[in-house]
Amino acid sequence: MNQLFKKRKEQISIVQQFFNRVVKTEVKVVEASQLVICDGCKQAIAPESIKANQGVCIHCGYHMRIGAYDRLSLLLDEGTFREIDKKRTSFHVNDFPGYKKKLYQYQQAANVNEAVVCGSGQISGVKVAIAVMDSYFMMGSMGSVVGDKITKTIEMATQKKFPLLIVSSSGGARMQEGILSLMQMAKTSAALARLDEAGGLYISILTHPTTGGVSASYAMLGDIILAEPKATIGFAGRRVIEKTINEKLPDHFQTSEFLKEKGFVDQVVTRHQLKDTCSKLLQLHQGVNL
Amino acid sequence: MKSMSAWERVMLARNPQRPKAKDLLPHIFEDFIELCGDRHFGDDAALYGGLATFEGTPVTVLAQSKGRNLQENLECHFGMVSPEGYRKAQRLAKQAEKFHRPIITFVDTAGAFPGKEAEERGQAEAIATSLKLFATLKTPIIAIVLSEGGSGGALALSVADRIYMFENAIYSILSPEGFASILWKDESRAKEAAELMECTSFDLLNKGIIDGIIEESEGGLHQHQKTAILLLKEILRKELGILSKKKVKQLLDERYKKFRVMGNV
Repeated sequence: MNQLFKKRKEQISIVQQFFNRVVKTEVKVVEASQLVICDGCKQAIAPESIKANQGVCIHCGYHMRIGAYDRLSLLLDEGTFREIDKKRTSFHVNDFPGYKKKLYQYQQAANVNEAVVCGSGQISGVKVAIAVMDSYFMMGSMGSVVGDKITKTIEMATQKKFPLLIVSSSGGARMQEGILSLMQMAKTSAALARLDEAGGLYISILTHPTTGGVSASYAMLGDIILAEPKATIGFAGRRVIEKTINEKLPDHFQTSEFLKEKGFVDQVVTRHQLKDTCSKLLQLHQGVNL
Repeated sequence: MKSMSAWERVMLARNPQRPKAKDLLPHIFEDFIELCGDRHFGDDAALYGGLATFEGTPVTVLAQSKGRNLQENLECHFGMVSPEGYRKAQRLAKQAEKFHRPIITFVDTAGAFPGKEAEERGQAEAIATSLKLFATLKTPIIAIVLSEGGSGGALALSVADRIYMFENAIYSILSPEGFASILWKDESRAKEAAELMECTSFDLLNKGIIDGIIEESEGGLHQHQKTAILLLKEILRKELGILSKKKVKQLLDERYKKFRVMGNV
């Protein structure tokens, strides 16, 4: 076991050295040249170019997944982020077989303590409450701690009259925590209902992937819903649907563009334009908010 | 019957003879009038809703409805609700609020319908909006988990002031099959999954998710439903009495707190 962790740690440190946390497990490092293979076009790219391009492929524009802190540094004004609950972990939640070991492994690999990073910060000078999910931590799954941190962030937005941003990136509710994970959907949605009644602005940003219980709760409840290009967004998994209807689904099914076409997303926005778009939306709500 | 395994209860919950919502409703309510349609797209047979009286008090009833034969099951997707169903529930719930009627929901679904059209028409949005709406609805809500409560599809009808479960009902994040498939990539280990999942009424009572259990006699609800119905009616009578006396603010504060503390360990 120790051997395994050691090997894993070495691999991670190689990647981190080159990427400074921008690109993680999804990108395969080619031993010889240390190049990165894009998940979109399968072409090799130098890690520095990807980092310089905010985790977007320089050849095809594919938006690779990025960790929560990288996302925050792209969205917030430098030095304004104040994190809450940074140290909270889920080790104490239950004794589901293998769960603690998994938590530990992801903690080491993803460099976060849980699948969401929450706090307050500023976007072009406007104070916001913000929660950013990290899909490198257990596929961004929502357990009790994730649900509670997000609820606290929503409540902070309501109490302090800050606009709220949630960047979703999650496979859904966390199986290992069972029914309590499911209940986080109700908890976060109830908190959003209160923010709504208080007149607060909520911008929901959907990134790859936003599925299952996260899509069926706060991700879909924004006053404004933005999505990064070609992100997978949907409730049921593609394979489950194909099995149910016994036919193959088209490639663009459950993509950001598909959801926009069907009327469930306001705009598909590239990562490069995201801060600017949020900033404009926030400016428009200045003085109106709460 | 506390000694039964979780899987035995799953089997009882899914027993084809087990009464469906439509079988039970006439024994609980008087003068049921069905109301149809979401006013946007269509009517979903998997969500049976309408008005009725419970011992003289007007109520709104929203029931996930499995079919009693193949034809009915094809019409209602085996009780798996589509976005239209959730939107019908939202419409009737808002109506209940407007006319100060308590809402009684019956949860009985393996999960929301995983179809192509369901996704195209916003299954995720429909469930999310239901969760948000029911959280602040200014009228008492009581949810009864009848047989199967699976995933967000069940949760969408169980944001309530009180949640009761029939003894042999199950309520979980996913069906045992789905759970086994995600965790071990092997659907056939559903039995093992069921034991791990803590999905029985006793598990949920222990975890503080539900408020009480409606006892079933030996052999399950289909063997002897009369006693269980009497117990359910007693619960509804008691809880409606308590909830309808509460001021709206207190009702909503308590409902918020009920879900706010779930999973705060």
